[in-house]
Amino acid sequence: MLILDDTQTLLKASAADFLAARSPVKALRALRDAGAPEALDHALWEEIANLGWPGALIPESFGGSAIGYKGMGQILEESGRVLLASPLLASSVVATGLLLRAGSPTQQETWLPRLASGEVRAALALDETPRHAPDTCRTLASAGTDGYLLSGAKCFVPEGVGADLLLVVAALGPVAGLADPVPETGVFLVPAGTPGMDCRALRMVDSRNAATVQLNEVRLPATARLGEGKPVQEALSFALDAGRIGLAAEMLGSAEEAFQRTLRYLKLREQFGVPIGSFQALKHRAALLYCELELTRSAVLAALGALDSLPVEVPALASLAKAKACDLIGQVSSEAIQMHGGIGMTDAEEIGFFLKRARVAQQIYGDAGFHRARYAALMGY
Amino acid sequence: MSQLDDFKRETRTWLEAHCPSSMRTPMPEDERCWGGRRASFKNPDTQLWLTRMAERGWTVPTWPRACGGAGLSAEEARVLETEMSALGCRQPLFGFGISMLGPVLLKYGTEAQKQAFLPPIARGEIRWCQGYSEPGAGSDLANLQTRAEDRGDHFLVNGQKIWTSYAHLSDWIFCLVRTSTERKQGGISFLLLDMQTPGVETRPITLISGASVFCETFFTDVKVPKAQLVGQVNEGWTIAKELLQHERGMISRIGRAFGGAIPAVEVLAQRYLGDSAGRIQDPVLRDEVTRHAMNDRAFELTLQRAGEESAAGTANGGLSSFFKYYGTEQNKRKFELILKCAGTRALGWEGEEFSAEELAVCRTWLRSKGNSIEGGTSEIQLNVIAKRVLGLPD
Repeated sequence: MLILDDTQTLLKASAADFLAARSPVKALRALRDAGAPEALDHALWEEIANLGWPGALIPESFGGSAIGYKGMGQILEESGRVLLASPLLASSVVATGLLLRAGSPTQQETWLPRLASGEVRAALALDETPRHAPDTCRTLASAGTDGYLLSGAKCFVPEGVGADLLLVVAALGPVAGLADPVPETGVFLVPAGTPGMDCRALRMVDSRNAATVQLNEVRLPATARLGEGKPVQEALSFALDAGRIGLAAEMLGSAEEAFQRTLRYLKLREQFGVPIGSFQALKHRAALLYCELELTRSAVLAALGALDSLPVEVPALASLAKAKACDLIGQVSSEAIQMHGGIGMTDAEEIGFFLKRARVAQQIYGDAGFHRARYAALMGY
Repeated sequence: MSQLDDFKRETRTWLEAHCPSSMRTPMPEDERCWGGRRASFKNPDTQLWLTRMAERGWTVPTWPRACGGAGLSAEEARVLETEMSALGCRQPLFGFGISMLGPVLLKYGTEAQKQAFLPPIARGEIRWCQGYSEPGAGSDLANLQTRAEDRGDHFLVNGQKIWTSYAHLSDWIFCLVRTSTERKQGGISFLLLDMQTPGVETRPITLISGASVFCETFFTDVKVPKAQLVGQVNEGWTIAKELLQHERGMISRIGRAFGGAIPAVEVLAQRYLGDSAGRIQDPVLRDEVTRHAMNDRAFELTLQRAGEESAAGTANGGLSSFFKYYGTEQNKRKFELILKCAGTRALGWEGEEFSAEELAVCRTWLRSKGNSIEGGTSEIQLNVIAKRVLGLPD
């Protein structure tokens, strides 16, 4: 199904109302101007937690609201519309999704209820290069007799500042006494404040929360390894795809809003005595953006549906949705600035916030080129 | 729900019993059934299949029974479509009668017109063509000048149409004519006329692809009985626009319907540029081909979504111009990409040095250039989107 059921339609509408009232774009401006690198309104996060959004993917047995991916996608789309600064994607989708699929029973019991309540915010520390490359991992986890020693660096961790728990991806070093040379990937649960881990804020152009993480011989117990020994590669891949799809939904919302604002401006702004939206050169460019919006919306809805009920389709649809969303928002945000003319270049006008967030979102979890290459590989060409 | 399941079972059983085995194979272009007085059937099963489907009302399944259809609901029609495609059954009948004229006659025709015209359309007895464009009325369609003068019991029609697809093979034409010069759109009427009426002449036009499916059609003192006017005098423009929606829907699916004979871009790219594992070697073309394949997928998903929205009653109505625009542009890009991948192999005009598929690629590439011109150019579709969907001012 590529349409919403009644519950999802209602959820989307109520999310839109709540966010428009509680966190319009000027809230992001206020966070930026306040300069706090955490870029989070804690009171707002508490309200969001009361709505059950952080627990959207978590079963009721762990205190979650079990809204599901498609429902969460609607929340994320609406959050993109207002450029909401929150850890909903990084913590409630990616990190939570990873714990849900790969966490041991103890790990799940420890973390999921607190993630569901919003009390704990988690972040995935994966990327070590400026461009998303999930298979490149130099961070090393050496196994000792009573646990692991983590060393390395992560250069871009979305929502890493102030996160209570980092899920750190590391290559498992050769175990003493075993001759297996192939490094396996592991994920390690590292609570904030663990000695040897240094998390620093990155002041990014989108004014959102991101960090670099240094790991200097971080000593962890064996129980800190996600899954406590079971392979996690598939779960990591799924959680990343969930992040890509969720982010595509957020980007769709941002693109839709930036487009609507641009249309309003085209109808309002007059030159040569007529609204500039009457010029065919602009009409056609607007119509082309509309076409891309419709295509992306279909891809995002299909991908969200696959997360809930068709896991075999997830990788290809994740790449389809993210690639389309990247291209869409790339075009919409640039055209939005151009069509707003000089006013679009001013900090006073909000459209610039959409451009800035767009470029960061395009990079997170892989840009369009990354996902086209991945799609081609998945399809065998 | 169970009623629909019953229908599905009955449909499957009937199709298995009545669809000849040769009608369950991919359809070559020249076995496509257009019906009409001069219909010829290269494969006799084509005629048998048409007769059986027409008797059941399944050439036009959603039309009322009295009009030659089966009175199916949208859900039932989808079941029929799905079952036919699962068994590989060919569409029994093609043509502008069932896809374009029928739907507007159902809405605007008098009872007498419905009785007279719809059942023969459903049975494939009359082949229709469309008289819209004129030499001076292309994108500016409402500028048409073909005159229909009121002569009491009939109209006297004089003028010229162009781009009349298959006019030389058609039995009847539905035609836009000018009945008043006082207002542009408000002076247009919608007429039906028999191509055998004295004064009607057609001349095929040879296209860049070498094909001649389009014609010029000339009307010289053609007498048309007034009973063949659809709707009111000077109110044909509304009908004309509605019919164009159906035409656009048809053309936007052109890649799927006609492209069937030509494999997908990625398949040909693998054949011409793939290594032993099928990986496209040229990185630039690999990216371009993948972008195209992904857009195809997103387009298919959008068609599916529009279908679901329309069944759920939440359709926004803005998508028909989008489908026409995007489907045709995508089909053009498909052939341009195949040309890039296949190089000179795709540029053969004729001769045994080239495979039938290679020649078909070349001719279809040339033909595809018309997709974004016919039925309203891409530029007109973008205008329609800007005005009707986005609300941008004139």
